[in-house]
Amino acid sequence: MSTRWLSTLLLIVGAGFMLVAPGSAQSPGTLKIGVIEPLSGPVAASGNYVRMGAEIARDWINARGGVEGRKIDLLIEDNKSDPKEAASAAEKLIVRDKVPAIMGAWGSSMTLAAMPKLEEYGVPMVVETSSAASITKRGNPWIFRISPPSEMEALGLEQYVDKLGVKKADFLAVNTDWGRGSIQAFGDMLKKKGVQVGAAEFMEQAATDMNAQLTKIKQTGGDTLFLTTAVEQITLVLKQGQEQRLQRKVVTTGGSSSPTQLIKQAGPAAEGSYHIVFFMPWFPEAMPDAKLAKAFVDEWAKRGHPFEGLTEGFRGHDGIATIAEAVKLAGKDDPKAIRDALWRVNFTGVNGPVKFEKDGPAGKESGQSKPSIFIVQIRDAKVVLPEFMAKR
Amino acid sequence: MEQILQHLINGLVLGGTYALLGIGLTLIFGLMNVVNFAHGEFYTLGAYTAFAALALAGAGFFVAIAGAIVVGAVLGALCERLLLRPLRGESIDTTMLVMIGVWIAMQNAELLGWGGVAKTIPHPFPTAPFTVGPLSVAPLRVFVFVSALALIAAAHLLIQRTRLGCAMRATFQDRDTAALMGVRIDRIHTATFAFGSALAAAAGALLGPVFLVYPSMGDLASLKAFSVVILGGLGNLAGATLGGLVLGVAEELGAGYVSSGYRDAVGFVIIILVLLFRPSGLFARAERIG
Repeated sequence: MSTRWLSTLLLIVGAGFMLVAPGSAQSPGTLKIGVIEPLSGPVAASGNYVRMGAEIARDWINARGGVEGRKIDLLIEDNKSDPKEAASAAEKLIVRDKVPAIMGAWGSSMTLAAMPKLEEYGVPMVVETSSAASITKRGNPWIFRISPPSEMEALGLEQYVDKLGVKKADFLAVNTDWGRGSIQAFGDMLKKKGVQVGAAEFMEQAATDMNAQLTKIKQTGGDTLFLTTAVEQITLVLKQGQEQRLQRKVVTTGGSSSPTQLIKQAGPAAEGSYHIVFFMPWFPEAMPDAKLAKAFVDEWAKRGHPFEGLTEGFRGHDGIATIAEAVKLAGKDDPKAIRDALWRVNFTGVNGPVKFEKDGPAGKESGQSKPSIFIVQIRDAKVVLPEFMAKR
Repeated sequence: MEQILQHLINGLVLGGTYALLGIGLTLIFGLMNVVNFAHGEFYTLGAYTAFAALALAGAGFFVAIAGAIVVGAVLGALCERLLLRPLRGESIDTTMLVMIGVWIAMQNAELLGWGGVAKTIPHPFPTAPFTVGPLSVAPLRVFVFVSALALIAAAHLLIQRTRLGCAMRATFQDRDTAALMGVRIDRIHTATFAFGSALAAAAGALLGPVFLVYPSMGDLASLKAFSVVILGGLGNLAGATLGGLVLGVAEELGAGYVSSGYRDAVGFVIIILVLLFRPSGLFARAERIG
C-alpha cells in the first residue's frame, strides 16, 4: 500500500515538473512581449478580451514564421484593475522577465501608474485602450498610444452633435483619469458647439448602485447623457436609469461599451443608445482593411470567444501587431531600438492605419496614432449604424 | 423636495441590503469572536449559486434563492468544521488570517470557475417602476428590501426566541458553563457560522439580479458589511440593522448633495466620527449578544 502511495506521489511530482519545464526552459530564439491587462477585478471582462485578441495576433504572426524567424512569446500579467498592481506588473515584466516591450495597461489610471517604470528602465509600451489625454502629454518618450484620447473622440463626434439633437448634456463617468478626462474633453467640445452642460457626476470603479447620481441628473432637464465607463457599469446605469424613468439619449464614450453585451444584459434598457466604438465587428466590410477585419472576426468565432468581446479584442491584436512591426523594423529586440523603430511603424491594423505622431512637451514626446472612430446605435435589439450615418 | 424623497427611498432600499450583509457578519463576530473576512465571498457564492440554478439548471427564481441559502449554509458549516474548529481557543488574529486565506481562495476559485466576465441573473419582476408622482422605485428593489427585512426579523427571532438561539447566547456568555448544562458547543459553533454564511448567501442571491455577478463583487460587499458592523457596534444585531439603513441613506444623501465622486468617503467619514465619539457603536445601548 505504502509503495503505491509513494509511486503516486512521484508521478504527481514528475507531472508537475513536466508542466513547469517548457515555460522555464525558454528557447533563446523567442521574442518576448509583456502584456499588462486587468484579468480580474471590476473591469476583468475587457482585459480578458484584449488578452484574447493579443493571442490571435501572436498565433497569426507565429504561423507566418514569427518576427525575423523568431516566435513571439507573450508574458501576460494581471493588474487586477488596480493602478498599484499595474506598476508592480510593469516592474516584474521588465526586471525579472526582461521583456523588451510591453502592451498595456487598459485603464488610464493603470497606464499612468505603470509609466514611471517605463522611463526608469527604458522600455517602450504600446497603449492599446487608455483614453486620458495626460498619458501622451506627460513627456514620457516610451509611450506609444494606438487608442484615441478623449479629445480625439470628442472631435470625431463633433460633426454629429446637431444630428443627434443634443441641446443640453449631462455627464456620468467613472471616477478615474479616464472618466474625468472624458468629461473635460466632451464638455469643452459641446460648449464650443453652444450646447448647454448640466450635471457632471462620478461613480467609483467598483460601484454598483448609481441611483443617487441618476436622481440628480434627472433634475437637470437635459436631453442627452454622456456615459463614460466600462460595459459592466454601463449595464447597471442603463438598467437603473430605466427604473428611475430617466428619459435621455445615452451616448457612451471610450469604446468599451460592447453593445452586443449590452443588448444581452441590459435588454430593453439599452434600446436607442449610441456608442462610440473603434471596431465594428457587426459590419467588418465597413472597416478600413475589410479583409483583415473579416479574418479577425472569423478567427475570434473559431476560437469560441464571445462575439461581444470583439470591440475590445481588436485592441490586443493591433497592439501586438504594432510591437511586432517595430521589432521587424528594428531588426533586434533591444528596448531602445524598438522605441526608435516605433516612430517608423506604418501599417494597417483591425482598427485602421497605425502611424505615430509626436504629442506632448518638445524633446520628450510620446507617440500618438490617429485611430478610426465610429458611432453605432442599438435599435430593435440589434447594432446598427445611426440613421444620420447610414444615409451618407 | 421630490428629489430628497427620491434620495431617501433609494437610500433606504440600498440600506436594507447593507443591513442584511451586516447582520451575518456581526452575528459571527458577536457569537464566535471570528472576524470573517470571507463574508463577502459567501455573498458572491450565493449570487453564483442563484445564477447557476436559474440560468443553467432552469430552476424558478424563488427556488434559486432558496438554493443559494442552502448552499451558503452547507459551505459555511463545512468551513467552520474543517478550518475553525481546530483553531478554537487560538487568538483572534489566527482565525482572522485563516479567513483571509479563505477569502482569497474562494475569490480565485470563482474567477477560475466562472471567468471574469460579469453575468446577469434574470428575474420575473416587471422592469417598469412603481411610481407615485415624480417618485419611482423598481418592483425588484421593493422585493429585495422586504425580503431583507424579513430575513433580519427571522434572524432576530431565531436568536431571541428559539432553544437554538438560547443555546447560542449561553455558549458565548460562558462556554464552560453552557457545556456543563448540556449544550453541545461544537454544534452551536457550526450552526452559527452556517447561519451567518447563509445570510450572506441570501444577500448575494437577492442582489445578484439587481446588480451584476462577478468574482470580485464580494469585496465591495465585505467593505460595506464591515462598515455597518462598526457603525452598529460589534455583535449588535439591532445596531447592524439600523447601521445598514444609516449607511445607505448617508451615502445616498452624500452623493446627492455633496459630491458623487466622494460617495464612499461619506460612509467612512461617518465611521471615523463614530469610532472617535462612540467607539462601541452608534447604538451601543441596545442589547448586546456577546
